[in-house]
Amino acid sequence: MEMRDPAHQVSPRAIVFWTVRAVPGWLLLLAGQLLWFAVARDYAALRFTALVVTVLLGATHLLVMPQWRYRVHRWEVTDNAVYTKSGWISQERRIAPISRVQTVDTERGPLEQLFGLANVTVTTASAAGPLRIHGLDRLTADGLVAQLTEVTSRSEGDAT
Amino acid sequence: MSATATARAQEWRRLSPLMLLVYPVRELGRAIPALIGLVVAGRAVGNGQYWWFGPAAVVGVMAVSVLRWATTRYRITPEQVQLRTGLLQRKTVATPTDRVRSVDVTASPLHRLLGLAKVDIGTGSHASGSDLSLDSLPAAEAAALRAELLHRIPVGLPPGSADDSVRVSEPISHAPPDRAGDIELARLDPRWVRFAPFTMSGVLASAAILGVGWNLVEQLDVNPSDVGPVKGFLEHLRRTPIWVDILQGTVVLLGVVTVLSIGGYLLSYWGFRLSRHAHGSLQITRGLLTTRAVSIEERRLRGVELAEPLLLRIVRAARLRGITTGLNSRGGADGGSSLLLPPAPRDVVAQLAAQILHDPAPLQVTLISHGSAARRRRLTRALVPAFTVVATAGVAIFAGASQWLAMPAVLSVPVAAMLAVDRYRSLGHALAGSALVTRQGSLDRRLDVLLCDGIIGWNVRESFFQRRAGLATLTATTAGGRQGYAVPDVPRSVALALGNRAVPGLLGPFLVP
Repeated sequence: MEMRDPAHQVSPRAIVFWTVRAVPGWLLLLAGQLLWFAVARDYAALRFTALVVTVLLGATHLLVMPQWRYRVHRWEVTDNAVYTKSGWISQERRIAPISRVQTVDTERGPLEQLFGLANVTVTTASAAGPLRIHGLDRLTADGLVAQLTEVTSRSEGDAT
Repeated sequence: MSATATARAQEWRRLSPLMLLVYPVRELGRAIPALIGLVVAGRAVGNGQYWWFGPAAVVGVMAVSVLRWATTRYRITPEQVQLRTGLLQRKTVATPTDRVRSVDVTASPLHRLLGLAKVDIGTGSHASGSDLSLDSLPAAEAAALRAELLHRIPVGLPPGSADDSVRVSEPISHAPPDRAGDIELARLDPRWVRFAPFTMSGVLASAAILGVGWNLVEQLDVNPSDVGPVKGFLEHLRRTPIWVDILQGTVVLLGVVTVLSIGGYLLSYWGFRLSRHAHGSLQITRGLLTTRAVSIEERRLRGVELAEPLLLRIVRAARLRGITTGLNSRGGADGGSSLLLPPAPRDVVAQLAAQILHDPAPLQVTLISHGSAARRRRLTRALVPAFTVVATAGVAIFAGASQWLAMPAVLSVPVAAMLAVDRYRSLGHALAGSALVTRQGSLDRRLDVLLCDGIIGWNVRESFFQRRAGLATLTATTAGGRQGYAVPDVPRSVALALGNRAVPGLLGPFLVP
């Protein structure tokens, strides 16, 4: 028995967003190493190797991670359930019945606003089960929230 | 409820003024290390002009207590429990009475001396500060309040919600729980004290005592080797060979740990009694000095956790906790308010679990093991770090470190292997009756029985290595206890089939053959 992927992909702009978001960390590490390169006198070979390793790892991460993520991150909302898939090296699928949904939030950080993206978080009464959809197109996110609000208001109960 | 009682209930009520005696004593007790510090500091500065620090602190604490009493009020209306606190920053916490999940009545020795009790009202919310704590009420009032809150018939539940299948409404009564309406399910057998040394509480208590003692020695600025008995002890150590010291040390340590753990067991669980009240709640009373009375609405019970850590498993014992919305599973050294049975023989625990769940199947079912891929994964995850330790030790010894390093390093491999095998043996799952049963862990093995009605979602997690091995970790999320109960490292297709059978209709639409 297998599980099919959720129907919808996130916005392709998320690829650029994830890349840009990952850049500062690598730059910080690189800056530290360059400083070490400039200040230190000994261990020339070690300094050089470390620098090369950082550049290679960073470049690979920046090239591979966003594409990989984009292929994994998917979402779907039916009349009965919310279904998401996220991650890249580690992947996780989460399913929650609409009848157990407690809150639906959208969140847009400054960088996300720049790219016209939004996150949608769907929570249930369990602290272990929030469903997060990252990198949605803003309009899609608004539509999704409206849809979820509509479907959840039809089901009642205290959702525990 | 009679008309006068309703009127009385809707007024704003104050806490007992006797709490003015409880607060200062407790706050001062907490402040003792700081006070000692102040005295020592004052002596160090000399001249004694700081003598007023102590009295000033006492007056300050008194003033804060009076203020707290004067500004705290609570009220119970048919719809809400409300608590108002604060002078400058006034805060009102209100919670609907039908959301009250648990009422916990605790009385420390000081409370008992004054005839008081503290009432904690749990609402099952994750937001901090949303739980209500009334410290303190007269004991009788606390008991009445508990009965009043728990035996209301909830009004907010629509037909068809999962909760409804559990119980239909019963005649309303606000009488305090009387023993006549109780069915006793369990009572402490004094012989169970023999399990106390096999719990971690004794070790933790000794560590705490040592820590406090050491802290005090530091604060008082005494050199321990100047104190008579310690000096004699050190002399003794110097005279005897090292193996005698180690032997004696071990015996003394074991003795101390045993005594402390037995003491802890008695303090926490003396007089333990678990009963089922006719209104559908479980009532637990226990405690030697600090007494505790917990009520758990059975409607809110989502399952049980049967914990059998390695040491307890060796002596065929276990302890039982409830999975309840509104109570935290991981509550403190004495088991917290979700404790359903202290360490007791495993058979007794299993029997009680069956009684609580109204179903013996989940405790008797044979668990399905997770297969060879899961075993390989357990072994790799244990052995890779162990061999890393060996390799590191090898390099260190080669570089000139003590050869004694080889012993722990080499030992780590068989120990890791044994743990891995035991962890694999523990892994298992089943669907029994209306519950999902899952077991995991070795040093801290746990059998979780989660009622399928309480499952409010699924997480299917696959790490890189799990994907390559065709495994997944299936987690059932729930509103109670640990919030999520995992079936680790189960073959992917088995995980999906299990999820689909446990909660029909949820995973189904997303499954393909």
